[in-house]
Amino acid sequence: MANLKLPYLTTAALSGGLFGAGLYVSQMVDATKVLRFLDVTAIPSGGWDPSLAFVIVPAIVIMFIAVRISRRRQAPLFDLAFHEPEYDRIDRRLVGGAVLFGIGWGMAGICPGPAISLIAFMPDDLWIFLLTMLIGSYAGSLFVPSGHARRLADAK
Amino acid sequence: MESFTPLTAALGGCLIGLASAVLWLGNGRIAGISGIFGQLLPPAQTVVWRLVFLLAMVAAAFLAARLLPSIGMGGDVPATLVPAPTGWGIPTPVWLAIAGLLTGIGTKIGNGCTSGHGVCGLARLSRRSMVAVAVFFAVAMLTVAVTGIV
Repeated sequence: MANLKLPYLTTAALSGGLFGAGLYVSQMVDATKVLRFLDVTAIPSGGWDPSLAFVIVPAIVIMFIAVRISRRRQAPLFDLAFHEPEYDRIDRRLVGGAVLFGIGWGMAGICPGPAISLIAFMPDDLWIFLLTMLIGSYAGSLFVPSGHARRLADAK
Repeated sequence: MESFTPLTAALGGCLIGLASAVLWLGNGRIAGISGIFGQLLPPAQTVVWRLVFLLAMVAAAFLAARLLPSIGMGGDVPATLVPAPTGWGIPTPVWLAIAGLLTGIGTKIGNGCTSGHGVCGLARLSRRSMVAVAVFFAVAMLTVAVTGIV
């Protein structure tokens, strides 16, 4: 049980901590700010806020370097293997899921990371979003066949 | 444009990238928040590290608000989420419940959100993630345009 050892759990805590701090510092916990990025209709009037792009691009670059490093290694430091999704088909589930998530994100301005980090501040009605997100996630699992879920779920 | 904050955005983005790199190189796990959250449900097998990760996330946001008063949100704690757009006749709690359900279902069957597909998937050059990111960004932008929420 590698995943109950102290270095493994410390790594999880360090990663979660950096993630939560990053969401706060970048203001991505502010639903209005995220919606001002998604509101591309404001581009002509100069009211568009491109900040979100300045968050995600450096994050991708750093993770890209980490992935390059991992390609030269057999295993991560504290587990026996990298849990990388093997399934690579672009299917209806992927696209349909992305459509539903896109509607939800555009309605609320928060995605799962900010929604959870906001527990620190418990804004009004946050619990409704969290509870329904959990229910939705469980409902969604009923549409995913078990073998498929297992292959995919390993990594995410 | 007065709300545009490129420096703190990039700094926060670096922290998020570092978080993803640490989890990947340390534990070989993808820092996809919808997955870490969604797999707390049965038949969950590896609950402990997921709980540790999520608790650390909440604690760090809490501490950042108090220790970094001059950066990011500047100690400003979000008191509310965004109210439902007027004109649709839907009360905000119901609006958020619909958004939460769609986010939960969508990230489960699409297998990822802004972090798992957006940061980690694109960094892995995953074709699935490229498609997912293009679709959910486009749909979210369309949703904002249609609802007029901001």
